[in-house]
Amino acid sequence: MTTRIEDRFAKLKAEGRPALVNFIMGGDPDHETCLQIMRDLPGAGADIIELGMPFSDPMADGPSIQKAGIRALKAGASLQKTLDIVKGFRAGDDETPVILMGYFNPIYIYGVARFVAAALEAGVDGLIVVDLPPEMDDELCLPALEAGLNFIRLATPTTDDKRLPAVLKNTSGFVYYVSITGITGAAAPDAGKVAKAVERIKRHTDLPVCVGFGVRTAEQAVEIGKGADGVVVGSAIVSAIENSLEEGRAGSRTVEAALSVVRDLSSGLRASKA
Amino acid sequence: MNQALNPNSFRAGPDEEGRFGKFGGRFVAETLMPLVLDLQEQWTWAKSDPGFKRELDALNATYTGRPSPLYFAERLTEKLGGAKIYFKRDELNHTGSHKINNCLGQILLARKMGKTRIIAETGAGQHGVATATVCARFGLPCVVYMGATDVERQAPNVFRMKLLGAEVVPVTAGHGTLKDAMNEAMRDWVTNVEETYYLIGTAAGMHPYPEMVRDFQSVIGKEAREQMLAAEGRLPDLLVAAVGGGSNAIGLFHPFLDDKDVAIVGVEAGGKGLDGDEHCASLTAGSPGVLHGNRTYLLQNEDGQIKEGHSISAGLDYPGIGPEHSWLKDTGRVEYVPIMDTEALDAFQLLTRTEGIIPALEPAHALAEVVKRAPKMGKDKIIIMNLCGRGDKDVHTAAKHLGVEI
Repeated sequence: MTTRIEDRFAKLKAEGRPALVNFIMGGDPDHETCLQIMRDLPGAGADIIELGMPFSDPMADGPSIQKAGIRALKAGASLQKTLDIVKGFRAGDDETPVILMGYFNPIYIYGVARFVAAALEAGVDGLIVVDLPPEMDDELCLPALEAGLNFIRLATPTTDDKRLPAVLKNTSGFVYYVSITGITGAAAPDAGKVAKAVERIKRHTDLPVCVGFGVRTAEQAVEIGKGADGVVVGSAIVSAIENSLEEGRAGSRTVEAALSVVRDLSSGLRASKA
Repeated sequence: MNQALNPNSFRAGPDEEGRFGKFGGRFVAETLMPLVLDLQEQWTWAKSDPGFKRELDALNATYTGRPSPLYFAERLTEKLGGAKIYFKRDELNHTGSHKINNCLGQILLARKMGKTRIIAETGAGQHGVATATVCARFGLPCVVYMGATDVERQAPNVFRMKLLGAEVVPVTAGHGTLKDAMNEAMRDWVTNVEETYYLIGTAAGMHPYPEMVRDFQSVIGKEAREQMLAAEGRLPDLLVAAVGGGSNAIGLFHPFLDDKDVAIVGVEAGGKGLDGDEHCASLTAGSPGVLHGNRTYLLQNEDGQIKEGHSISAGLDYPGIGPEHSWLKDTGRVEYVPIMDTEALDAFQLLTRTEGIIPALEPAHALAEVVKRAPKMGKDKIIIMNLCGRGDKDVHTAAKHLGVEI
């Protein structure tokens, strides 16, 4: 049996375009609005959805995603509620891959075995956990893989050829290449350097390689997408949500604000392949 | 391989993965991992290199003023009427606290690694001042991240850092305290990873920091052991030190961990009491979790979100604790107890009037525990307390709490 992630990349390959991977924060700006946005993301052009697990201390995230996490937590978000959002999404969509992204502590406190089971049951396809490098595979990666969840690893500009095999060893689903040394939503990546890095990673693996951190516009996405199997955009969507808020709460334009960023990215990527 | 909970030696940790039992480890983003491994390699080299040791020993002696004295507090001993009380006087160090011991060690390492820019986090500003000091001494640019709330509370230290040539960046992200400053320092590090060295101020964070900081601070315990043998011809019965992140405490404790007859107590900030959220007693009232690169006891809620701590002493105001302390708690080798803000403030005044020493509010917590224990111990018993910082920086805070306007 193939996984949702494999099916999705096979379909995209046939269509000849890179995946648009979109990040939103679980429970941002509130539970219901987040679920609404997530349900509408595939229609707006998202091929794969990354749903953030809010954490009080997001060490690898820039201001946009930090604030999204704080908003979500203030609105009552928790790991359980993030899983509930996935469950709610799956009720209407059984094809779009859903990746949970975040930090280890909430999972550790939830209980690794319990979390893996609950994630599978909710319809989660993969995990990205920023603070679990290969050296920490016993913690979550191996139990998750064994249970049938994909564990998507980050490779970065500092991951040299010597280290790359260790990073790729227990990676499944796809490889997430972090285009800059830095935090999410910060500096714009250099498309030329990224293309070379993706080429380098592809010499070591047959997995699809998606590129993220710092990609905000359709033009950037098109450039990056030329050499990669997917482009990840998060901060731009999360910022659009923030800008749409009315007195800190979801406003009448919040859902549309998020979706319109995704539509622009999607049409840009599709047009460039046509 | 994890260490057993009842090891033959309490001084053998951490293992190769940086674990003390189940605590410690390297929970860091991939971008930092190659650098963390490089640091580990350099540290492994440095700790057995005679040249490195010579250079550090010389700086400790002539720049910091080591060894710091072991002082018999005669009047306090008389007043409490029990065990003999000795202070390890690391408050006499250059920059006024034990922080310099670690900063000198790490900056030598940073230079060996060819790093050209130093970053640090600070809460009360003591580590920030010590870092800015060694950066000035070695001519390296220095950026100190400090919670915006702390920048306001600790204005004199902010000015000191600036005088020393450091850039102080107020952190408004999160709640603007020490843990947010540490998050922001890690964000800087991950962005400027090639040229930047992150000079962590306490025995926490990812491997090898807890081990490395402990070893640099262990000069405290090594000296104290020798000085006690010279003064009394025997080892002490009890060691007491304050625990925030835990570097001064582990520095005193570590050389004594295998001396079974030496009891050891770490003192946490009990703040306004352990019933509410206004304390920093991670070991007494927290639970194991993963933050800032290591597994350790943390103040957190049932969803694994980290809480803000509170203490009258900004230097103890951290919701985590070095991983080795977590392990020493679980093994039972060290006992950890909370001391409330008010008790620390009483001890602060007591020492000032009895011995003519104004302690920092951090060791005032340790002293409050000494005040409780010494009278219950026989006059033939001996206590060493780490007097890890001087109180000049806390005079304004103390005045405020005592209702005095200055």
